Amino acid sequence: MRITILKINTQIKTAFVQWFPALILIFLLLVIWEITCRIAEVPKWLLPVPTDIMIELYQHWNLLLRHSFVTLYEILIGFSFSIITGILIGGFIVYSKTLEKTLYPIIISSQTIPIIAIAPILLVWFGYGLLPKILVVGLIAFFPIAVNTIDGLKSIDEDIVKMMKTLGANKYQIFKKIQIPNSLPYIFTGLRIGMAASVIGAVISEWVGSSEGLGYLMIRSKPQFLTERVFAAIFLLSIIGFLLFLLVNYCEKKVVYWKTSSE
Amino acid sequence: MNPIINIKNLTKSFFDESSNENTLILDCIDFHIHDGEFVSLIGPSGCGKSTLLNIISGLNDPDNGEISITDIETQNRLGKLSYMQQKDLLLPWKTILDNTILGLEIQNENKDISKNKATKLLETFGLNGYENYYPNQISGGMRQRASFLRTILTDKKILLLDEPFSALDSITRSQMQKWLLKLWKQFTKTILLVTHDIDEAIFLSDRIYVMQNKSSNSMEIVNVDLPRPRNGEIVLDDSFLKIKKEIFPLIES
Repeated sequence: MRITILKINTQIKTAFVQWFPALILIFLLLVIWEITCRIAEVPKWLLPVPTDIMIELYQHWNLLLRHSFVTLYEILIGFSFSIITGILIGGFIVYSKTLEKTLYPIIISSQTIPIIAIAPILLVWFGYGLLPKILVVGLIAFFPIAVNTIDGLKSIDEDIVKMMKTLGANKYQIFKKIQIPNSLPYIFTGLRIGMAASVIGAVISEWVGSSEGLGYLMIRSKPQFLTERVFAAIFLLSIIGFLLFLLVNYCEKKVVYWKTSSE
Repeated sequence: MNPIINIKNLTKSFFDESSNENTLILDCIDFHIHDGEFVSLIGPSGCGKSTLLNIISGLNDPDNGEISITDIETQNRLGKLSYMQQKDLLLPWKTILDNTILGLEIQNENKDISKNKATKLLETFGLNGYENYYPNQISGGMRQRASFLRTILTDKKILLLDEPFSALDSITRSQMQKWLLKLWKQFTKTILLVTHDIDEAIFLSDRIYVMQNKSSNSMEIVNVDLPRPRNGEIVLDDSFLKIKKEIFPLIES
């Protein structure tokens, strides 16, 4: 027990040492922002200072938190949807030559359609509710996950395949024992890209039409000149993105354990 | 005595896309190896020695010629002979113990029995205490021995070794060579070793096939009549140097 606590303590310490220079820089930039805006007397509706944003966060915490959870929910559902479909379809495409010939070109060419541009159509079809948001998030994160899954399943060392064959392995055994584990680091690369894209997807689909969420709050606050609220929403969005990034990294360390075991 | 592997008139060419024509790699090769024999195949790179090994293992088929292997159908030989490559090819996500039983796992053998078999041999392979390590946590020599154990555990009579020591440093390499000789005696295998190292070939083998450049279709056979067991000092012996002098011009020409 004591050892675990000590271990966690050292982990926090190393994390602190690692992030310290970046934190100092951010703090300095905030101070410069605050001072220059105050000296130049920039109006609050044009560019609020960091303290205004902090006060806004403090005073309307409940409102902001409620909308944050809506956005987070859309991201999580849409992202999970894209993980499942991305990995499954990627797997099918590599395993079956027929599917590779029929599906893969469609997936690749579908990327020329800006997913965000179809958000208004989804609004027409599915209304202001949750579904069109989940679809946009899902579609936008699907591509990097599927493509990286395909890459990971395909990029195996030919010598390992030779080794497996001389040990008497069949195609299915090579797929299960080599290709799947080999694809995991690639899939996590896809997840990280998909994660970032899904935050953008959620906000934009909220801009297009919604009644809640951080994107909605930004659209609503802007004409009211509540610029500090827009900034507070941006701040919370980046917090959401950051936490999800940490989550993906944590899962990667657990799943792709062999990449870090040399420490 | 009949040879365990017998090859007659074997021809293999590969289609070369850049020049748009077939390149002849092996031309009318005759080759044989007896049961329990240690034979080396030596030659400059690109002479086709790895191609010959791939054909024997069943990874490739010849264009023409005959291969017969005792107790094995030529058509279904893939997976029936042990084959070890230059790289250790251990899977980074498996522990050393799990890596060594990969061949047994593929043959759907009971996992606990396989692990027991492997554990008994860990000492012989110098891996005692490292069974739960991952490949990136151990040295290159140990990884190669783990790869060897994976090859041995499938319990095939014939071992095909494709430059298994060339990626190791010279001290580790000579340790591994002595260790291989011990292993060969202990497990009574037939070994065919591909190498480009003349000393290694002489030190280990009963017979050496010397392949020359691909234009030539002949392989010279050199008998190594040095007494066994052999120790490291034999490389300085006159009889050793005599054989080396015999092989040297064949490769250099």
